[in-house]
Amino acid sequence: MELLDLATRIESRNIVPDMRGKLAALLFFEPSTRTHFSFDTAVKRLGGNSLTMTGTGNTSAQKGETLSDTLKTISQYADLIVMRHVVEGAARFASEILDIPVVNAGDGTNQHPSQAMLDLYSIQKTQGKLENLTVGMVGDLRLGRTVHSLAQALSDFNPKFYFASPGHLQMPRYIKDELRQKGIIFEEIQDIKPVMPELDIMYVTRIQKERFAVLEDYLKLKDSYIITKKFLKNVKSNFKMMHPLPRVNEITKEVDDTPYAYYFQQAKNGVFMRQAIITKLLKLNW
Amino acid sequence: MKKDKLKVDPIKNGTVIDHITAGKALQVAEILNISSSETEVMVGINLFSQKMGKKDIIKIENREITQEEANSIALISPTASLIFINDYEVVKKYTVEIPQEIKRHIICPNTNCITNVEGVKTKFTLAGKSPIEVKCSYCEKKYSIEEVKFRF
Ligand SMILES: [Zn+2]
Repeated sequence: MELLDLATRIESRNIVPDMRGKLAALLFFEPSTRTHFSFDTAVKRLGGNSLTMTGTGNTSAQKGETLSDTLKTISQYADLIVMRHVVEGAARFASEILDIPVVNAGDGTNQHPSQAMLDLYSIQKTQGKLENLTVGMVGDLRLGRTVHSLAQALSDFNPKFYFASPGHLQMPRYIKDELRQKGIIFEEIQDIKPVMPELDIMYVTRIQKERFAVLEDYLKLKDSYIITKKFLKNVKSNFKMMHPLPRVNEITKEVDDTPYAYYFQQAKNGVFMRQAIITKLLKLNW
Repeated sequence: MKKDKLKVDPIKNGTVIDHITAGKALQVAEILNISSSETEVMVGINLFSQKMGKKDIIKIENREITQEEANSIALISPTASLIFINDYEVVKKYTVEIPQEIKRHIICPNTNCITNVEGVKTKFTLAGKSPIEVKCSYCEKKYSIEEVKFRF
């Protein structure tokens, strides 16, 4: 876990990697303000420069230029490409055709590896370890790729999982198959409340109203997946709540002031992790 | 190989593909691009097989199927075996094997996959043997072999 170690050392200022004179192209074909800001902050904290492209409106992509041509052109200017694209496999393709490193900042519903790494980093920071943790995942587990990546990443560390989601938003079969193959214990439950005292980490994701065909179904379920202070009565002292943000109402504001809320620090950890990723890929001196 | 099996329609030189999953012979023929070739080809469908109940068989004159071609057959008919004939004699036999990595031949069913959007050559890895499952190296989605289409 070289990246976790790097991030730790960067955060504690044990090392100060030097990106001066280097340029990162942040290509957000699919816009995402938060992820973009996080990477841009990481670049600038390292002393590097960035250029940004957001959406496809202001590029030649609209004039019918292929993605491959766009990427090859930009790779003539930059030392590193960070890209987010709606098309799945786009970043992998980019890394195959370019001579400079490519960071996948999300490709469609497929991967968001830097998010998974910052989540691991946050868990390690709060728990002092990654092994043998009990982790609850709550909300839309079917389409939320952050929970998929995290479940996969943690599966190397003998976790116990509770998956709490409405019936049609369950963890996808392929993830569950992978976990079974690795002998990971998990339980699918409707209600997270009863298992709260067991949890080391709870990872909450947003349930979107649009995912329900019938509004009444949403209203009926909504409350079982909204985390309030009441949920936190009997939790462990090391217990932390995480959320990839943005949040809507799935964690009430009153929770923010408890020692269990960790989502804003989690966002901050994202910058350290992205600094670590860039440091590694560009082999920066420190 | 029993002699009498070959006696039916023996070929002088070429390849016999035996034990093809019943009903898959035409697809195998398509994979091998046989229809556009000049050679003589015999295709048997739903023949009696002691081992399989029913099987298909293809005999191709004057062509030696390569290992790579043979292994792409394995995707749709993992039971197939190849027999190479030279001057009516069996010179070599082997059973096809599903390759760990399959390039080009599988079309990714995911319309939002870069291979479909940008016309990138596909690359799949074998993700499971029974039932056969393949995984796209780009979008990382897994599919059963029945779900995918082929391009040869
Ligand atoms: Zn694909």
